[in-house]
Amino acid sequence: MISFTVNGTVRQIDAEADKPLLWVLREDLDILGPKFGCGVAACGACTVHVDGAPVRACAMPVASVAGRSVVTIEGLGQGALHAVQKAWIEQQVPQCGYCQPGFIMAAAALLKANPKPADGDIDEALSNICRCGTYSAIRRAVHRAAALLGGGS
Amino acid sequence: MKFTRRKAIIGGIVGGGLLAVGFWFAYERDRMGSRALFNVKPGEAGLSGWVKITRDDRVIVAVPRAEMGQGVQTALAMLVAEEMDARWDQVTVEDPPEDGVYRNVDILIDGLPLSPEETGTIVDMAHWLATKAAGVLGAVATGGSTAVRDAWLPMRTAGAVARDLLLRAASRKAGIPVDRLEVREGEILLRKDASRVATFGELVDHIGDLASRPPPPLKPPSQFRLIGKSLPRLDVPAKVTGAAVFGVDVRLPGMIYAAVRNAPTFGGSASGFKVEGSLPKGVEKIVIVPGGVAALGSSWWRANRFLMDGLEVDWAAGPEPGIDSARLWQRYAELLATGEPALVRTLGQESRPAEPRRILEATYRAPYLAHTPMEPMNCTARVTRRDGGKAAVEIWMPNQSPTLMRYIAAGTAGTDQADVTVHTTFLGGGFGRRAEVDLVRQAVTCALAVPGRPVQVLWSREEDIRHDYYRPMALARWRAELDLSSGSPKLVGVAKRQVAQSPADQFASRVIGLPAQGKPEGNAVENPPYAFPSYRLEAIVPEGSVPVGFWRSVGHSHTAFFDESFIDELAVALRKDPVAFRRELLDGKPRHLAVLEMAAREADWGQPLPAGSGRGIALRASFGSIVAQVAEVAVPDGQTVQVKRVTCAIDCGPVVNPAIVRAQMESGIVYGLSAALYGEITLANGAVEQANFPDYDAVRLADAPAMSVHLVDSGSSWIGGVGEPGTPPIAPAVANAVFAAIGKRLRTLPLRLG
Repeated sequence: MISFTVNGTVRQIDAEADKPLLWVLREDLDILGPKFGCGVAACGACTVHVDGAPVRACAMPVASVAGRSVVTIEGLGQGALHAVQKAWIEQQVPQCGYCQPGFIMAAAALLKANPKPADGDIDEALSNICRCGTYSAIRRAVHRAAALLGGGS
Repeated sequence: MKFTRRKAIIGGIVGGGLLAVGFWFAYERDRMGSRALFNVKPGEAGLSGWVKITRDDRVIVAVPRAEMGQGVQTALAMLVAEEMDARWDQVTVEDPPEDGVYRNVDILIDGLPLSPEETGTIVDMAHWLATKAAGVLGAVATGGSTAVRDAWLPMRTAGAVARDLLLRAASRKAGIPVDRLEVREGEILLRKDASRVATFGELVDHIGDLASRPPPPLKPPSQFRLIGKSLPRLDVPAKVTGAAVFGVDVRLPGMIYAAVRNAPTFGGSASGFKVEGSLPKGVEKIVIVPGGVAALGSSWWRANRFLMDGLEVDWAAGPEPGIDSARLWQRYAELLATGEPALVRTLGQESRPAEPRRILEATYRAPYLAHTPMEPMNCTARVTRRDGGKAAVEIWMPNQSPTLMRYIAAGTAGTDQADVTVHTTFLGGGFGRRAEVDLVRQAVTCALAVPGRPVQVLWSREEDIRHDYYRPMALARWRAELDLSSGSPKLVGVAKRQVAQSPADQFASRVIGLPAQGKPEGNAVENPPYAFPSYRLEAIVPEGSVPVGFWRSVGHSHTAFFDESFIDELAVALRKDPVAFRRELLDGKPRHLAVLEMAAREADWGQPLPAGSGRGIALRASFGSIVAQVAEVAVPDGQTVQVKRVTCAIDCGPVVNPAIVRAQMESGIVYGLSAALYGEITLANGAVEQANFPDYDAVRLADAPAMSVHLVDSGSSWIGGVGEPGTPPIAPAVANAVFAAIGKRLRTLPLRLG
């Protein structure tokens, strides 16, 4: 049994130690916000927070999150919309939307570490793939979220 | 007003329908649908097949098109809400049942191997037949940038029919003559003092036996309240909370997962398999499926790993197990030189060779491309046996044509189409890939092996990239003759030979078994807008076992690169500015010209740039819209192409939602740029060499250019598409910019220096 916290709740999982966190979330815990995109940590659709840091869950064995705290898109706003989600709605970012939970989680982690990121910081931290090409809207929304969080103008 | 062929057809059907009551009944039956059609539940009232109202005052619009990011749910709901005078915040959408009322007529018209420039009886006949065929087939489909074009009249008409019914229902309920009432913002008001007579919701139980009537004329654009506004998208809130349900998020009681390993060579299959010992935990069954083998179990991750590592499969090879890219290019080069064209078209007058003259010739190449939508391919199916052994099939799938999926599911399960139900989820990207039926075949085959239990088939990204239906690789040679007899060279004529497989031809043959026609893809042979003194096209369609499909903008994606690169080369040869040269050739094409000028102006065309930087322009009309793009690139080290800025102008006719049009242009640019800079599928030993994003990469934030999109209002009433037209111009615009920057002409995609 592996025990860890997901969105504030302690969960006990009977899974192989090398099963990736993404598949434990999706198959064992029915948490469907984190998405499968590549399975090799290349696209970022599966991004979640582990102890506050952005992690590509498709390549992280569940054993390595034992005793740690995992937050997914479902738990990001703790019952309300997080500033990043509000900015995403305001800037009408999503198109197909599949990659957006990953982008939002990466953006939220970036803004926690760097409340007023420059474009270069955003480019570096958000190396996820969006095939719909929502990138310019994402840039706008990250700056807007920074402003909502009080870090930017 | 120029009267286009399509206007003649559609205008004839609808305009006539609105005028003649007799025709109205036929139109109502064919495109409005019965009020019971749209899954009407207790507390709801259907107003036609397209819209229903609820007691809690919501307006639910039927959107029978796949939401794959292009904003179709929002745009189509706006059409109904506009004519119905609904409040935008009361509007929601639902997927209606499969029915011929929801068929997409435009998509079939666009698939024909004809240029929109062509006229004549044969062409008109072909289009008329396609319209009839669409009716008979009842193809509910999303593609070809047709959704708004197809819905523009029927869905606004449905809104007007609804408003008329609501007015009469309110009149009957309140005992006030209809002509004293009006509809505004989701309420029926008394005209004289704007006092409220009823909300829509209060009329749910008062529609009753009221008959639909031919509605009054639709609103002129000057009266639009919603159309033309950047209203917020209906699908956005669910997509930022993780609540949006894509195909991979379908969860059903008793559902199991299936991973698939497809045959290594195209057209191959699994003939058997061997399991050493017992199946591992989480895997319960191995099933041979069309094109491969599936492992079913409680964990997809475990099943997939078992397929990759633990299962020995006997593969039957496809027809060309040794095929490789080098040999294919060789074959294409031979076809380019001596192949018999499937289509020859000449425009203008070919004149005798000038003396002295110069022949300008250039050969261009475009590779196979995979679609790689972010959501890997998947389909969930359940087969239940009814009394007497007949199967009932239920499908949950992110797909671009429930009609096709139903047809294929019925065939696979050996049951009637009436016994198949298809639920379309959100699509995590489509780009043409999700019109294909391979996943539904595999999912139904798996479901047949575990009757009563839903099976969710999901492919890994590696399977997706190696078993796609690719944008065809293509080879083209442009040739121009310049007359050098006077002081400055003069263009005498141009000719192009191109070699490419035809997705439409292959699709029809593999999906519905039509004999292959050997004809080129219609939108790969559209005439250029330019007034060349003479133009000759020869299109060669090779046979080939490599599966090809509809990749965002289809034939335009490679032919725009060929055509717009060569126009640039011609401008250079004639010592003309690329914009000025195009301007000369666009005499008599005011819409194209306006788009070209807008893009050039907004991009600061002609303003100096630092050394090693340059601007390139490209213009392409596709799917009813005209788009020009200017790319600004820097090549700082002589090796790497950095696309700094893209300026885009589009004339798509009437704009339903400007923010969505802009988003689609940016989307098309980024999608096309990924292909222009990185996209290449190569073959070796009968298989695709690429596997996942590390070797089939896409543009990311760090290499996404700054983009601006400008909407050109030419006053045209002709609706153009927006999902695809943003893609074709970007590759040639970048290639032309690279030439402007460093003087190197790149004629092969992806664009690579050194």
